[in-house]
Amino acid sequence: MTTEMATLPAPPARYTKKDLVADHPTWCPGCGDFSILSTYFKLMEKLQVPHEKITSVAGIGCSSRFPYFVNAHGAHFLHGRGVPFATGISLTRPDLHVFMFGGDGDAFSIGGNHLDHAARKNIRMTYVIMDNQVYGLTKKQTSPTSPQGFRSKTDPTGNIDQPINPIKKVIAAGATFVARTHSHLPNHVAEMMERAIQHDGFSVIECLSECSEFYPAAFDGANPRKGGTFQLVPADHDVTDELAAYRLAMSPFPGYFGVFYQVQRPTKNALEAQLIADAQARVKNASPTELLTQTFERFK
Amino acid sequence: MNNGGLTNSREDAGAVAAARGNQVSDVVIRLAGNSQDGIQAIGGFLARLAGRTDKDVMTFMTIPATISGGPSIFQVRLGTGEVLSPGDDVDVLVAFYQHSYQDHLPTLREGGILLYDSDHVKPNHEEHRYRAIGVPITSRTVEAIGGTARDKGKNMFVLGLLARMYDLDVAKLETMLRAYYQGKSEDVVRNVLLAFNAGYSYNLSQTFSFTTSAVAIRGGQVVTDGNQAIAYGALAAGVRFGAAYPITPWTSIMEILRAELPKYGGIFVQAEDELAAVAMACGASYAGRVALTGSSGPGLSLKSEAIGWAVMAEIPLVIVDVQRGGPATGLPTNVEQSDLNIARYGSHGDCPRIVIAPCSVPDCFYTTIEAVNLARQYNVPVIVLSDQALATRVEAWPMPDFAKLVQELPLDLSPRGPDFRPYADTPDGIAQHAPPGTPMVDGKYPIVTGLEHDEYGHPANRPANHALMVAKRRRKLKVLEAKLPKPELYGPPEGDVLLIGWGSVRGVIQETVDRARAAGERVSAAHLRYLMPLQPGLKELMGGFQRVFVVELNDAGMYGYGQLAGILRASFCDPKIQGINKTDGLTFKTREILQIMREKIQTQLAPAAAGA
Repeated sequence: MTTEMATLPAPPARYTKKDLVADHPTWCPGCGDFSILSTYFKLMEKLQVPHEKITSVAGIGCSSRFPYFVNAHGAHFLHGRGVPFATGISLTRPDLHVFMFGGDGDAFSIGGNHLDHAARKNIRMTYVIMDNQVYGLTKKQTSPTSPQGFRSKTDPTGNIDQPINPIKKVIAAGATFVARTHSHLPNHVAEMMERAIQHDGFSVIECLSECSEFYPAAFDGANPRKGGTFQLVPADHDVTDELAAYRLAMSPFPGYFGVFYQVQRPTKNALEAQLIADAQARVKNASPTELLTQTFERFK
Repeated sequence: MNNGGLTNSREDAGAVAAARGNQVSDVVIRLAGNSQDGIQAIGGFLARLAGRTDKDVMTFMTIPATISGGPSIFQVRLGTGEVLSPGDDVDVLVAFYQHSYQDHLPTLREGGILLYDSDHVKPNHEEHRYRAIGVPITSRTVEAIGGTARDKGKNMFVLGLLARMYDLDVAKLETMLRAYYQGKSEDVVRNVLLAFNAGYSYNLSQTFSFTTSAVAIRGGQVVTDGNQAIAYGALAAGVRFGAAYPITPWTSIMEILRAELPKYGGIFVQAEDELAAVAMACGASYAGRVALTGSSGPGLSLKSEAIGWAVMAEIPLVIVDVQRGGPATGLPTNVEQSDLNIARYGSHGDCPRIVIAPCSVPDCFYTTIEAVNLARQYNVPVIVLSDQALATRVEAWPMPDFAKLVQELPLDLSPRGPDFRPYADTPDGIAQHAPPGTPMVDGKYPIVTGLEHDEYGHPANRPANHALMVAKRRRKLKVLEAKLPKPELYGPPEGDVLLIGWGSVRGVIQETVDRARAAGERVSAAHLRYLMPLQPGLKELMGGFQRVFVVELNDAGMYGYGQLAGILRASFCDPKIQGINKTDGLTFKTREILQIMREKIQTQLAPAAAGA
């Protein structure tokens, strides 16, 4: 797909994270998402992704408010459908950096099917899933990652359903970059995000992000400052070993943090571009008018 | 039902033709067999031959929902001059099996020809309503081809028979057959031609010839079905991204686009579901160029939420709905015009969008181009309401002028601002977008959202703002409405009855008008191409008639009128608007429309009394 580049009057000056700040976040005080947002600003400042090329997409949820707080192009789509929306952008605009932000409801419940298919097709984008294990925007209902026994307004006597294991799900679906981090450790968030952005393919980060209002202290077990243990993925873990990654993902909470899985597999973006190049070579780069005329001559 | 001395003009033509020595201007042939018999191929070849010899053509096909086996028919109407509908009654019924004979004999007109396979069919010889011609189709085909290729090639034998019966251009047919089977093995081509020639040389007792056409079509005619016309219309309009999920009878559009788009530098994605398909299209449109998605009724139901997002965010989008019988899984391979309400209103909230319905195969092509351009110009979703009858109908139509028609959709990434307001409250109410990649001069970047927003796109739930933005989204359709042409009128502007139709029923309504006027009835017809917004001048148009009947393939509903009739009554508060409806999953026949119209006129109160 051809993409015209904008011609700028002068080379863009370096921007700072201040230039990326938009509306003040509407999140509750103490929300884990603040740290992810500020880490993201710092990272963009460091990487200097061209300002106009940053495109943030989200579905619905507290964390899906993310694009409003970033002064960059962005879209706030429907609950669960952010991933296919971002797919439409990614496939038609190879010049852009597409970021998906959302929560566990968007990713694993209402949009669960889309996550699987974007992963297996290896659509080029970075998806940061802010997992708070509760529905916060609608004020404390059970989420697909809520642990069994969790009391919510929809499970007043405690959740009886087995939660989804996010890492297992995305590895099984075919994601080519799978990492897990914790919003209380911004340096680790930044490291995971940077590696995800540099990955050519569908990169997913599950970021534990505490809901201070409806599920406080949920992730203290993994927060050293609260007496927990932040256990990194072992240094000798082979990130291309799918079964090993799966085994790591099966360890009980708080589990491991870091890159579980990373392989290089052609993206759909690249495969479609190849399909186009082959098809256009076959028709000797005929123009649309020539192609249509040839086709319709055969219909005579 | 008293036909009031009505004469069937086609039967008259037949009588005249007989006097001229078996000359005909128009013939309806129905081929009835099983789905694996290749009868669609016969129809396809006849249609393409007609297109090449300046004959007009229209076909009607039912494909069973099962993959293989089961009855299947293909009806082709060949005529000199304009052919408007698949035809009421069949002139020639080709019956491959006993069940084909039994099921379809009632459609054969009095004096018509039953051409049956005497190896399989035992007709009732006591019946003299028609002429029966038995041909041992199966055994003669086996004899011609040899071997054990049982049942293969019968379609080509029948094509040969019909070519002889109607004195068709055999040289052209042979060329088409060779071209079609090019790339297959020599054996296949040889067998096809052997079977065809065996049929052609069979000594038939009855032959005809077509009157010659006075009108030569410049540039030649192309022969396509409605779905092909939509797919290539999208390509001509510059659509370079689409996404969809397979569903009958939409699927062939996405099959074509998947195969063709890469040649045009584009991508078509088979999405995981209908929701993802429309979301991908919304994303691609947001990224700067109009994208296309499509489906049939069940898929439109699923896409409705995202259509609402595109209305709210004012993102251009083209959604093709090839209607089938509903609700639920309904009748996947039958026609119905019962998605009008969901096309106009489907989605929560006040959700104005554009709805256009093509009326013929060429109109499928041009409507799709128009839909893309309206979506761009008004930044709004446009629904193209086709239907199963158009999807499978094969018509000959003039070669489009691609040099004039083909367009590219520009991606405008020129710097914007300062004070860029995508949703400014302008007189025309149309949003202006800066797609991602656009540098913003004042450093403030826009966000596109499904939340109610202010002029900058920021979420805003202030009461006055919502009222303002709802009005703005409505206003741009009012701007479009004022620019639309008046409805097409067929017949004089004054009379007793105005038949109003939309979509694929246009042709049969015009034939109905011809027949009614030939019988002395003062009937005219109006065709509505734009269903949202409605075309201006409709009220004045209806003012010229005592009664208005809206002819549509959907249910007469609780109060006696169908979906468009309900919309017109709600819009114009005129109780003289009534419905002529049918829900048997088949296209209208002129006879059916006339019958219902006359019954309603006889049984209902005079319009003045009814309105009092």
